[in-house]
Amino acid sequence: MLYFDRVSKIYSDDSHALQDVTFTIEPQEFVSIVGHSGAGKTTLLKMILAEDTPTEGAVFFESNSIQDFDRTEINSFRRRIGTVFQDFRLLPHKTAYENIAFAMEAAGRSDVDIEADVPHVLNLVDLGDKMWNFPHELSGGEKQRVAIARAIVNQPDIVIADEPTGNLDPINTYEIVQILKKVNDLGTTVILTTHNKGVIDSLKKRVITMDRGRLIRDDHEGTYVL
Amino acid sequence: MITTTQRIIKSGFLNFWRNGFISLASVLTMVITLCVIAGLIFMSALLSITLNEIEKKVDINVYFIPQADEADILNLKQALEGLPEVADIVYLDREQVLDNFKEEHKEDQIELQALQEIGDNPFGAVFNIRAQETSQYEGIAQFLKSDSALSKGGIDIIDTVNYFENKVVIDRLTKIINTAKSLGFAITLLFVALSVVITFNTIRLAIFISKEEISVMRLVGASNMYVRGPFVVTGIMYGFIAGVCTLVLLYPITLWLGPKSADFFVGVNVFTYYVRNFGQIFFIVMFSGIVLGAISSYLAVRRYLKV
Repeated sequence: MLYFDRVSKIYSDDSHALQDVTFTIEPQEFVSIVGHSGAGKTTLLKMILAEDTPTEGAVFFESNSIQDFDRTEINSFRRRIGTVFQDFRLLPHKTAYENIAFAMEAAGRSDVDIEADVPHVLNLVDLGDKMWNFPHELSGGEKQRVAIARAIVNQPDIVIADEPTGNLDPINTYEIVQILKKVNDLGTTVILTTHNKGVIDSLKKRVITMDRGRLIRDDHEGTYVL
Repeated sequence: MITTTQRIIKSGFLNFWRNGFISLASVLTMVITLCVIAGLIFMSALLSITLNEIEKKVDINVYFIPQADEADILNLKQALEGLPEVADIVYLDREQVLDNFKEEHKEDQIELQALQEIGDNPFGAVFNIRAQETSQYEGIAQFLKSDSALSKGGIDIIDTVNYFENKVVIDRLTKIINTAKSLGFAITLLFVALSVVITFNTIRLAIFISKEEISVMRLVGASNMYVRGPFVVTGIMYGFIAGVCTLVLLYPITLWLGPKSADFFVGVNVFTYYVRNFGQIFFIVMFSGIVLGAISSYLAVRRYLKV
């Protein structure tokens, strides 16, 4: 599904964010990417989201090189990916319902679909009663659950979760990980980056370890070894 | 497409109401800009009307000799009326000139007695000529010096043309009028440019606050139109509401300034001007506001669409 082919990213100050990174992610996999700050995790995710392009090598999605996509293809491609961030990145002036509906509207879904799917997906993340709350009226865990609901509402091929538990307490962390596991069990590929050793060790899924831009470990039932 | 447009408009309206303070700040800034634009419309009109009034007061008089034949005078009048530079000619025959003199000096017994002693009417006929523009008087005066102004007998029937006496004053006035027009135009352009830049920056700042929001929209796969559309709709709303506020504000302002302007600018009342030209001012103010809001928003969002 996703293939990184000898990808390097060198910035103008000659620093190497990624060096010769090669790996494949198969459909329905749950892959955790771990590494210290500056290891290249975020750069790697930016390559997948077409926010950044490799200096060398290429990133392929279903055999198509992502950096060759034009603007329309990037938009269509992004609609097949759900993203969850550490800082939630919800639209502050939209309610939980509207935040999720926006992702559906952007994908060109009909009003009928939106009215049916948004309450359903909010119920899935246990926020059916907070549908009309604005982000500032929600706790950190609730915001992250809205972000996950937004990420999965268009039934994407991949969900990318960039440090989704970084701002959450242990109970909310556990709940978010459980939701991501459920999403993966339903057939969606999940790519997770985290610093949380407990989360990685409890998942017992594939772990890719990065260090100073290089891929140093790729374990199929890995643990947090840094 | 219709659904997308409806969603964009709805989202633009929601942005406007939910970003209350930012919307208020943007609308107020735009009101100032539109007031400057409206003020310049008034200034331009006042200047133009005042200059026209002054121009109307400039004329030249042609004094004929008392012996001039009326037929020759009327021939000359016809020839003058054929000139494109001539706006208007008032012809006073000898009797009217005499009557006017008597009327003007009815309190002055010495003058009237002197007139009685002469016995005959000592006045010649007079033309009062107004040109389309002050700069054209010289051409008319030169025409009067030409052969057309001569009687059949070869005697010059024109006694005096007061243009040559007033030439310096008319030339100076022409220069002042032309300079005032150019300066007015330059100042108008400068103020409009400054106001547009201030408004553009305010809207850019309002959109800068939403840059994270725009990047999120891009990451969920929203198209450029879908991201930009609501901001442009909000910008149009800023312009529309600011336009309405400006037009409402102009009513009491011009009402208050009206008598003052009438005293200062040869009887031009800005309130009367505002009421009489409301349609035109409405169009300029609303059009400027809406276009300014839409274009500023469009350009301000553009830089954040590169994600």
